[in-house]
Amino acid sequence: MSAIEVRGLVKHYGEVRAVDGVDLTIEAGEVFALLGPNGAGKTTTVEILEGHRDRDAGEVGVLGFDPADENREFRERIGIVLQSTSIIPELSVREIIDLFGAMYPKPRRTAEVIEIVGLTEKADARIKTLSGGQVRRVDLALGIVGDPDLIFLDEPTTGFDPSARRNSWSLIQNLRSLGKTILLTTHYMDEAQNLADRVAVIAGGVIVAQGTPDTLGGRAIGAARVTFRKPDDAADLPEPFRVEADRDGLISVQVDNPTTALHQLTEWAVRRGIDLERLAVTRPSLEDVYLAITQEADGG
Amino acid sequence: MGERPGLAGLSLRQLRYENKIFWRTPIAAFFTIFFPLMFLLLFSALFGDEVIEIPGRETFSVAQFYAPALAAFAAGSATYTNLGVQTAFARDQGILKRFRGAPLPSSAFMIGKISSGIWIAFLASALMLAVGAVFYDVSIEPKRLPAALITFLLGAGCFAGLGMALGALAPTGEGSPAIANATYLPLAFASDVFIAIGEPPVWLKVIGDVFPLKHFVNAFQDAFNPLTDDLAFRPTDWAVMAAWGVFGALIAWRFFAWQPRESGPSAKRPGRQRAD
Repeated sequence: MSAIEVRGLVKHYGEVRAVDGVDLTIEAGEVFALLGPNGAGKTTTVEILEGHRDRDAGEVGVLGFDPADENREFRERIGIVLQSTSIIPELSVREIIDLFGAMYPKPRRTAEVIEIVGLTEKADARIKTLSGGQVRRVDLALGIVGDPDLIFLDEPTTGFDPSARRNSWSLIQNLRSLGKTILLTTHYMDEAQNLADRVAVIAGGVIVAQGTPDTLGGRAIGAARVTFRKPDDAADLPEPFRVEADRDGLISVQVDNPTTALHQLTEWAVRRGIDLERLAVTRPSLEDVYLAITQEADGG
Repeated sequence: MGERPGLAGLSLRQLRYENKIFWRTPIAAFFTIFFPLMFLLLFSALFGDEVIEIPGRETFSVAQFYAPALAAFAAGSATYTNLGVQTAFARDQGILKRFRGAPLPSSAFMIGKISSGIWIAFLASALMLAVGAVFYDVSIEPKRLPAALITFLLGAGCFAGLGMALGALAPTGEGSPAIANATYLPLAFASDVFIAIGEPPVWLKVIGDVFPLKHFVNAFQDAFNPLTDDLAFRPTDWAVMAAWGVFGALIAWRFFAWQPRESGPSAKRPGRQRAD
């Protein structure tokens, strides 16, 4: 059974079609990243799956439950890391993790959870004295204290410094290695690239692309960019590369068939005994693909 | 698979958590516990020398009347104002949403919250009466303790229900203290809390009679009244309080929301398109 099955999910707010027919399947044990611009329907979709919002239409199964039913067993088996929600400021880190842990049938030990999120030194500090990044780590702790099978991470590292973000990534990878299913939303493409087994891009309330981070939007095949410093004698460069160099003296050309084009170029260079300086073949980054997809979806 | 935690244990945890939050919020603790006490000290400074003489019996200070009235006032504020304001703020901040996403039965949450309000009301009233007893000779006959306790529980329960209704109806957390004070304080003037008005204008009397605070104050005062000698059972007042409590609970049950309102400060606006 898939961890999450969504068919034809619809949620409207008055005239606004926040979610307009989303289909999604997430397998157990998978890390799945949902990408999309603000207002694209990401958070609405995730909140419907969490049971925080009701839907107007569509079929939703999460761990075999309908999240719209108030089911305690369902909530025992999911962990939610909320976005931009404050945590009871008067409690200490230990107190709040104790409080929430006690609601689950098989919670992780509080001290262990505190250690996992790296807040051991702040265990007895009140939430209101913590920095923004530390509060997010408490959020993360509350999402995993019940040892859930499925974890929702809504922009888990927004506002983190790079090292805190790396730590969270390794925590998420740990959770994956324990067989947890993770649904992640993020603005950061490097995060999706690093963590996700599969990604989907949502825009205008519908899924406009999905695949692995490496193949999204045909990323693994097709166009690539070949770059090199223009040699002094470049009069008879092969056809696609016969262009003006930029200010740095670089020729940079997008080619549809990089294998052939690169062969022509290197054969030409070898024949002339030229070592091509700064030769590079680059695929579009996940970010390039994401921007192209979302701009297209936006009608831009 | 471990044992699923039981309702009693979870409710008790919630109660302890709510109490902790209360004592760690100095402004709430001040207004609930010490603010009513200041009225007692103030009134005593103003009317301190006045005593009531009953022929053939001992004399009583006027505190014998207004200490119980202020105790009822404090109990109402500990439940109505506190629960209403706390709930509205917790909703706006997404704290209720956080509880909602966890496997905490709503009943455990509600029991914890309401019993915490009643417990704090008990402390506020007990402190008022203790200060009255120690400094102003306030006393109660043991045979009237049952009536005092019933009145207290019905009064605090009634205002807890109304507090949950306030929390459910208040549009924002920030606005909730103003709503609480604008409703509760004027009502206190119509309800014999500060001054027992001998011959009030009709409209003031009607307001006092319709709403539950005057019934709470009068019934509670009655248990301390040295001029009467019955058991101080006040079924009519009790019925009015119970009815208002049920009404408040129904309103709360109908309008209670776990999610931040869309217009709230920390609320996301899912309908908003392309904020960038």
